[in-house]
Order: sequence, then C-alpha cells, then structure tokens
Amino acid sequence: MSMNNVGRPTRPETANDAATSHETLTGGRGLLQDEALIFELNGWDKTGVDLPEAAAPSGDLAGLLRAEPIGLPGLSEPEAVRHYVRLSQKNHAIDLALYPLGSCTMKHNPRLNEKMARLPGFSDIHPLQPQSTVQGALQLMDRLAHWLKTLTGMPAVALTPKAGAHGEMCGMLAIRAAHEANGQGHRKTVLAPTSAHGTNPATAAFVGYTVVEIAQTEDGRVDMADLESKLGDHVAAIMVTNPNTCGLFERDVVEIARLTHAAGAYFYCDGANFNAIVGRVRPGDLGVDAMHINLHKTFSTPHGGGGPGAGPVVLSEALAPFAPTPWLVHGHDGFTLVEHAGEEGAKTAFGRMSAFHGQMGMYVRAYAYMLSHGADGLRQVAEDAVLNANYIKARLKDVMSPAFPDGPCMHEALFDDNWLEGTGVTTLDFAKAMIDEGFHPMTMYFPLVVHGAMLIEPTETESKQELDRFIEALRLLAGAAKAGETERFKGAPFHAPLRRLDETLAARKPRLRWKPVAAAPLAAE
Amino acid sequence: MRYLPLTPEDRVEMLGAIGVKSIDDLFVDVPASAQRSGTVDLPLHAGEIEVEREMAGLARRNRAAGEGPFFCGAGAYRHHVPATVDHIIQRSEFLTSYTPYQPEIAQGTLQVLFEFQSQVAALTGMEVANASLYDGSTGAAEAVMMAQRVTRRNKAVMSGGVHPHYVETIETLAHAAGVATEALAPAVDAEDAVIAAIDADTACVVVQTPNVFGTVTDVTRIAEAAQAAGALLIVVTTEAVSYGLLKSPGEMGADIAVAEGQSIGNGLNFGGPYVGLFACKEKFVRQMPGRLCGETVDADGKRGFVLTLSTREQHIRRDKATSNICTNSGLCALAFSIHMSLLGETGLRQLAALNHQKAVALRDALKAVPGVEILTPRFFNEFAIKLPKDAAEVVETLAGHGVIAGVPFSRLDADAGLNDVLLVAATETTLDIDIPFFAKILTKAVAQ
Repeated sequence: MSMNNVGRPTRPETANDAATSHETLTGGRGLLQDEALIFELNGWDKTGVDLPEAAAPSGDLAGLLRAEPIGLPGLSEPEAVRHYVRLSQKNHAIDLALYPLGSCTMKHNPRLNEKMARLPGFSDIHPLQPQSTVQGALQLMDRLAHWLKTLTGMPAVALTPKAGAHGEMCGMLAIRAAHEANGQGHRKTVLAPTSAHGTNPATAAFVGYTVVEIAQTEDGRVDMADLESKLGDHVAAIMVTNPNTCGLFERDVVEIARLTHAAGAYFYCDGANFNAIVGRVRPGDLGVDAMHINLHKTFSTPHGGGGPGAGPVVLSEALAPFAPTPWLVHGHDGFTLVEHAGEEGAKTAFGRMSAFHGQMGMYVRAYAYMLSHGADGLRQVAEDAVLNANYIKARLKDVMSPAFPDGPCMHEALFDDNWLEGTGVTTLDFAKAMIDEGFHPMTMYFPLVVHGAMLIEPTETESKQELDRFIEALRLLAGAAKAGETERFKGAPFHAPLRRLDETLAARKPRLRWKPVAAAPLAAE
Repeated sequence: MRYLPLTPEDRVEMLGAIGVKSIDDLFVDVPASAQRSGTVDLPLHAGEIEVEREMAGLARRNRAAGEGPFFCGAGAYRHHVPATVDHIIQRSEFLTSYTPYQPEIAQGTLQVLFEFQSQVAALTGMEVANASLYDGSTGAAEAVMMAQRVTRRNKAVMSGGVHPHYVETIETLAHAAGVATEALAPAVDAEDAVIAAIDADTACVVVQTPNVFGTVTDVTRIAEAAQAAGALLIVVTTEAVSYGLLKSPGEMGADIAVAEGQSIGNGLNFGGPYVGLFACKEKFVRQMPGRLCGETVDADGKRGFVLTLSTREQHIRRDKATSNICTNSGLCALAFSIHMSLLGETGLRQLAALNHQKAVALRDALKAVPGVEILTPRFFNEFAIKLPKDAAEVVETLAGHGVIAGVPFSRLDADAGLNDVLLVAATETTLDIDIPFFAKILTKAVAQ
C-alpha cells in the first residue's frame, strides 16, 4: 500500500497463498488470543481488590495460622477482565448459534430472568435468617411449586434437589422409604431400559438397588413382554424416560404404569425431556409416581458451562409423605419451613438432600420464565419444540438415516450411522466437521441402543431461518461425506480455536492442575 | 410470545414439509386419555413489565442482608463480590454454554476449570481438586462415600463440630449407600473426641474447622490417629475465606478436603446455587466424584484442556460410577475463580485478616453485654454465644429492630438442648457502626 492511501478506503490486495496459510508468530489468530494460565501471568504479588489494612491476627490463633505461601496468583481488574474475555471467545454458546445437543435442551436463556434473580430481595438473603424476614422468598417457592404441580398433574413436589441426577436420587430415596414403611424393604431391583441416561443406573446403584435392563422393541420403545417377564415381588421401581432418549413417546406408558403398580413397584419417570410435552401432557395422567424436572432444561435456567442446575421432583400421593426436608407449610402466620425430619409436619421425611433450601437462584429464573410464557406459551413451547425436531428429521431423511423413520418423533430427531457406511467417515468425524461450519455437534453415540447415534434437539427457540441454515449445512456435509471428501472430516475441526484434542493422553498422564515447577510440555506419543 | 421465533406461516409451511396436517398429528403417540385439548389451569403469558412487577413484589417482602446490620453465618456468608465477577459470568459464552463435551469449542470453560482446580488445590493444600460439586454439604456426603470405596469399610464417624445440616445430608446419602454413621453430640470444642470413636470398621472421620460453632482446630493429631487405623480424614470447611489465614487441610494431613465455596464470588441467594470444593490426595484420584479437567495437546501439538478420567463417571460406567453427578456448579466455580484471581494471595490474606479483625471486635462488644457468654475459644470470623433466654426469640426481637442477629443453634438442631446458643458472624461487609448498635439492642433484648 502506498503512502497516499493513508486515510482513504482500502481494498484487499491480490491474494497471496503463502501469506494466507502460514502460522502466526504469536499463536494468536485475529480476534482469538492465545491466552496463558493465570498462574503464568506473573501476578504473584498483585491484587485486583482494594481493602482496608487489617490488624495482625489475635493471639488466640497462635499455632493455627498458615506459615507457608498458598501459591495463588492475582490480577489487577483490567488484566482479569481481559483474561476472562479472551477465554470466553473460545466457547460455543446458545447465544451464538444452534446448540443441538440431544437430551440437553439448549434453548434461549431470557435475560429478564437474570435481572430478576439479581434483585437484592432474592440474591442477598441468607438461608437461615428469620423466616419472618423472607416471606416473599417462601411465597415464590410456593408459587413455583404450584406451577410445577399443575403442569405435571402431581400432588406434591420436593424442590431442593440441585440438578437432575440429584433429583433422581431424591425420587429413588422416596421410593425406598415408601417400600420400607410398607414392609416391602426386600424389593431391591430396578428395571431400566438399555437406552436410559447413565445417571439412571448410577442413581439406582447408589441407592443400593441392582439394575436389570429392559429390552427395546424395533420401534424404539419399551418391550412390554420383556417388562412383564421381569416385573415381580423383587422389583422396587422402574425408571423410564418419557419421551424416551430416542426422542419417542412411550405409547404404552399407561400400561407400563399399570403393570408396575400391579407388581407393587413404583414408576420413576426421568423428566429430562419434559420440554416436549410441557403444557400439553401431564405426567400425572400417565401414572407416574415420581419425576424430576430439570429447571435448567425445560424452564431455561442457563447451563453455565456445566451448572448450576436444579432438579425438583414431583411426587404422587403414595410418595409425598416421604419427601425430604425442608417442607414448606402455609399456615395462618404465613409460610414456614419445617426443617427437620421427624419434626411435626415432616414425620416421615426420608432425610435431607443438602444443607439449605435448594437452588433459589434457579427458582427465581424458572418462575419468571413460567410467568412470561403462561399456560398458553408453555403449550406452544412443547409444540414448537416437537415441530422443529420433526422438520429437521423430514428435511434430512433423504441424506441421513433416521433411526426410527416411521411416525413422528418428539422434541429430538435421532439418526444412526447407516448412511455413512462405506464413506470412511464416522459419527465423530461428522460431528467435528459441523464445528467448522459454525454449529455445535449433536449428542453422539447416545442412546447406546442406536449404532453411531446422532441425537439432534433443536428446541423451540430456533427460527425457521436458523433451522434451514443448519439443515443446509448438514446436507452439504452429508454430500461431502458421500462424495469421498474424507480429509474434510478426518482432521476436523480446522477452524476452531484448537484442533482435535488428545483425550487418551490426558487420561493416561493426568495433569489436573498447574504446578509451580515448570513441567516438560506434554507431547503426543 | 417474545421467546418463540416461529410465525404462524412458518408453522404451516413446516407441517407441510413434514407431511402432516396439524400439530396434533405429531402427538399421536400420546394416549388419548392423556391428551389435553386446552391449556392447563394457570395464568396466560405476560410481558416483561408485568413479570417485573410480580417479581419485585415478592422480592420486596424479603429483608436483604445489605439493608442493615447483619450477622448470619452458619454455612453461608455475606461477602463483597467485585462487580467484575458478575459481569464476566453473564457473558453469553460462559452463561449459555453446556458442559464442555466438545473441547475444541469449549476451551474457555475448560481453561477456567483447570485454573479453578489449581486454585482449590492450592487453597486446601491438597494435590488434586475436581471441577466442583453442588455445594459443601453434598460434597461432604460424596467424600464419605469415596472413603467407603477407598477403604472398603462401611462406617463414618462425624465430630460434634460438623454443621448439623451437613450431618443430616451425609446420613441421608450415606445410609442409602450402605454406610453406617456415628455422629457425636454437638460440642463447641471437641473435634479430638472423634479419635476415641475410630475402630477397625471406620472408613473415615469427618471433622470441621472452623466448625459450626466457629472453633478453629489443628486436626493433625486426628489425621494421624485416623490414618494409623486405616481410615481417611475428611476435613470440612464452610467458610472458604478462612483458607487465607489458617493452616490448610493438607498441611494438617487431611486425605480429603471439602468446602463450601460460596463465600468467594457467590452471593447468599437464600441457600443456592453454591459451589462445592472437593480436593484429595493424588493417589485417590480415580475414586473421586465429579468432573475433572486435565491438560493435553491438540493435533497440532498446542496445549489444550479436556474433561478427563471420565471412566469414573455415570455416562460411561453407569451403575459402576463413582457418583451419579452430571450437571454440577460450573458457573459458580467460574465466579469463585474470577474472584480468587482478583484477590490473589495478597488480597485473600488481607480479606481473611479483615474478617477476623471484625469478628474480634464483635466478640469484644458482645462480651460486655450482661448475661451473654462467649462460648468459642478460638475463631476465624464466627463464634457462638450463650444467651440468658431462647436464642430464636431474641433473634425475632432484634429483627424487629432492624438487626439480623445471627443463627439460633436450634435452627440447625432442635434437639441438642442448645436453644440458648446463637451463632454470630462478621465479615468485611460488617460496618464498624453495626457492632455497637447490635450490642446495644441485644443488651435491651436480654434484659427484658
């Protein structure tokens, strides 16, 4: 560029292949910065907070004080802001593009809910301050409970579980307590379909039960004959996800409940997929005894890169007396919390799930979300979620192979890898190539019952334009796979902040923290 | 509805592409008996203005801690969180991402988790830490069950200083998993009493420092006794700021350190969401619960981070997993890590010293109140006092005067016979003028 172009509009100069393909000198790439660990920024004496000077600790603590340095780096405020903003730019997010992780319900997170959760009347109250000073918080919990009970058609709800898996544990502990109270403590078997989430067998085993798998039919549902043959006096409960992890509604669910109850067992429903039916179908009408609701899925509290979640559990009349403390009671003086198992009002509670009253911050967000949608909006949520998934299935079925082509799916579309046969491209390769096209991959290799599974859950908050963009990208990729462009897939992703990572190396030589002594760089073997 | 992008025309067009006539055709698998034609019996949708009005009405009926003198602790502490923390955690890329299953497009979250694990390991003085659990109480329960896996023994002994709600949480989950528990009666200063309860079946000993009464204990001797008997020592801490001043669990020989991390980066939030810190000796790493983030390289040899040792976890091991945990406390861990980075060692030590100084001033003021006895001999930022009357009643009386006086022990354990005991805490957010005001009102209340 010559001098007299300064200050004038410029245009790209002639492409130069050598110049566009070389590595940068610093490792940075345009907006993407190569950011060191906080431990490598030489901030050993820095701090980003201004606090008043404090006196030396009192003599009472002699012999109890730290003698050695802790080894914590500090950052000034501008450095901290840069560090985390640079890191943030290496994440995919639902705010950026479709995030079709099946079974995870990555939908839009309204910012109104964030604003509400930060009202000091909710965020700056202590779990153990006098109950007379938190009546609004207790009332919010009561209203949330009312919405959850009404939407599910169930008579009771335990709010405290802190995530879906914690809710499963709560529900299974209630079932166990009910059996013990009824002289049925000998029941030690839990039946669960092969397609179940891993948390189901993990929870059942944790609670002391042995898991027996139920077979699945050709059309992706519980095999009723197999279920019937495995039910008996030894069975404590069945755990069934509905809609199931293949994205299908269990057509025989009412009969499943009837058989289960006839055998003296309880029906635990994994409610991870409640988004598909909320406002349209009530699990209570299907014969469910307990079901957790992931507030961070159906009711849109943000996933935050892995939590926090919240997993309230709705309970049937038979299980309600065994719900854990605290119990919320509405008396003539307002709301009170019964906080101890065995106390008047909670005599049969099975115990306590955690120190306090659960995920209040999530309750506020979920309640604001419910109020915003209302009964009509929530019904529309389910319908649009199902519509979007079926639209994807319909528009991809000629280039990919739906695992269950006949009939509609619910809120997620499941494909197998038959269509990739002979291409040399695997489900994993295909998913990694999606990253290059700007999309987060779908859930892969789950459920386990479908070979090379690709489970796509778009949710209701995607526009038709974004769905079409996604579908078009997948169609192009499918075409490329079938055309033998394997190099596009085998090395993918090429355009992400990093290339494919060596997970085997990470597991074989675990390096789980920064160490002060400069360790040799890890090298692939 | 503002959150739903499909237009009526879109819906018609999409139904056509699918080849069905109406949305009902997509719900044909639902049994007729469960099909609902109309909406459920709840209010219809509302705009932002209406929702804000409703929520503000509920929020107004709560007395926020920041409105006046406030002395509650007992497992949740009011600290100042720098504005930067709340700004960063609301960035789309952190707030609206999922568990980092695709590391190529989740390095932001993964590097934060690696830094978080490194910070927690340093603070606790332990070799390894995980990427967080739900909170301190569930972390303590997970620690007990981990001790069962490591030792193949089935009994846990808990000191009388462990927070009673933690004891209840541990009992609930450990009993379900077949671990017997022995909880010693609440005691202000008797962590050492657990030593006498250790026997050949003991998988672990659970102690807390500072304990629920605020007492700080050097647990080195307990560690030696537990380990000599083949048991593990689990050290619980509910006030993470105390790590800035006191000997770490690792220095005192802990096998597993568990803490409530709320104090750093996270608000009170009426009890949740919080963040469980979980650290242990490296030799037990394959028995740990929860997610672990590890360093590795990508195809070009560049450093990167991934979730690792997943063969412990439910999605791989199913009924043989070390824990059923899936979603944990990612965003709260991020808040913790940002606040800790801002503090640095310098700031944390200063913050801890300041907390202790405020509590000493509070102790001196309350000691002078007639009828009040200080029970806790050595404390960090919280201690127990004995009142000449029922503590819950005194707390209600003081609340009427605008002072949130602390947590009556009966709120934690109604059967301990300690209804006259009040737990009081001070932090850097306690104003100097709050302390004499509290003492003055308390003097009146106990004299009545």
